[in-house]
Amino acid sequence: MAKLKVNFTFPDNIVPRPVIWELGQKFPVITNIRKAEVRDDFGWVMLELEGEEGEIDLSLDWVRSTGVQVDLVSGDVVAG
Amino acid sequence: MSYIIGLQCRECGRNYPADPLNVCDFCFGPLEVVYNYSEISKVISRKSIESGPLSMWRYKDLLPVEGDEYVDLGTGFTPLIHAKNLGRYLGLDQLYIKNDAVNPTYSFKDRVVSVASTRAREFEFETIACASTGNLAGSVAAHGAKAGMKAFIFIPDDLEQGKIVGASVYGPTVVTISGTYDDVNRLCSELADTYPWAFVNINMRPYYAEGSKTLGYEVAEQLGWRAPAHCVVPLASGALFTKIWKGMNELSDLGLIDPFSTQMHMTQPNGNSPIVDAYNLGDSHIRPVKTPKTVAKSLAIGNPADGIYALAALRQSGGSAVSVPEEEIVQGIQLLAETEGIFTETAGGVVIAGLRQIVKNNGINPDEPTVAFITGNGLKTLEAVEHIVDTVPISPTVDSFADAIANRL
Repeated sequence: MAKLKVNFTFPDNIVPRPVIWELGQKFPVITNIRKAEVRDDFGWVMLELEGEEGEIDLSLDWVRSTGVQVDLVSGDVVAG
Repeated sequence: MSYIIGLQCRECGRNYPADPLNVCDFCFGPLEVVYNYSEISKVISRKSIESGPLSMWRYKDLLPVEGDEYVDLGTGFTPLIHAKNLGRYLGLDQLYIKNDAVNPTYSFKDRVVSVASTRAREFEFETIACASTGNLAGSVAAHGAKAGMKAFIFIPDDLEQGKIVGASVYGPTVVTISGTYDDVNRLCSELADTYPWAFVNINMRPYYAEGSKTLGYEVAEQLGWRAPAHCVVPLASGALFTKIWKGMNELSDLGLIDPFSTQMHMTQPNGNSPIVDAYNLGDSHIRPVKTPKTVAKSLAIGNPADGIYALAALRQSGGSAVSVPEEEIVQGIQLLAETEGIFTETAGGVVIAGLRQIVKNNGINPDEPTVAFITGNGLKTLEAVEHIVDTVPISPTVDSFADAIANRL
């Protein structure tokens, strides 16, 4: 089992959609929310995903397809 | 003698031992080194610092290491130059350039990597590693060589050959990764969890980032033990900005400089300015830039780990934030070169172009000491300025020469 700490950023048109619930329905991946902020114009959720690495990859591809941006919690580690 | 107490989460305040850790297990906040300042205050003084080596290690009491066996290439105590020509051009009487382009591998990254590699050796790591598109790769490779450690450098497979050579010469293992920028980020984070290596800006990040404080210390010391009125700094992850601010605050708290009111000014390129954008929106959250598009590759961090802390430092200091049009970056490089004889990489072009904007916005009083931080050498980004080459072709005769330069005299 792999774990990955990620940040989801929701643009305004996706804010009302239950993307994290849908993720849990579609993929055998555990979602564990640690922090979040939801506003009218955008929202972000910091969470840990746990599951088989391939399933995490597939779930993130699906999340991106909804219009939600996915980034690592640690920030970019590829430095200049 | 170590003055490290441990690590502490910057978000929830939970404490951790001084181990190779970078993220709070509970809230995922970043960890930062906590020092025993009351003990430090008993041993540190201007005199003790001035009697130290002419390098960043003269500030060893304020750096997160335990022993005195530093992995040191001679980094730091770089020139602080009174930039009279550029100052005259901009209308600033007290403009200074902190020229960190003259470090051993030609960028400020030597400061952070010197601390990270020293700490990594104290943790008895045998391998040091990083993911980089330029400056960090060369610095980690060089410090790995000096420390006698194995070095692994991870780079995107489309990186320019010149940058690969700049790291390869020190003998590391250079791994090229196919895939997107996101893929490279993700893989390196996973490798840091998998291999018992010191990834300088992942599991060593709390120690690594502290190296940038030495820029703040040096500027204050070189100005005669006082903080400048303004600092103009380029931002990628935001750590450099926050640590310069932290360094000057530490000196003040320890009584080594008077209380100060430095305004911290941040500069980013238009093609990737998530932190400046957040400031302009009045936001405290950084909205990551998915695909940075800037000539300033060393600032192309779309998801900056320390962005919110840089915003906090800016707001606390009463500074400003500017993003620089891409076409002005090369103009900034040229302006610094033609006035002060200093050739900076594209990040420095952002700083000089940003400084021009801040002056134009009346953000700086001409009599106030202002420091522009130049963090990398122009020889690293020759491709950005290739188009400015304008040679005068002649035949090997005096007449040909005279004709060719007639309108240039």
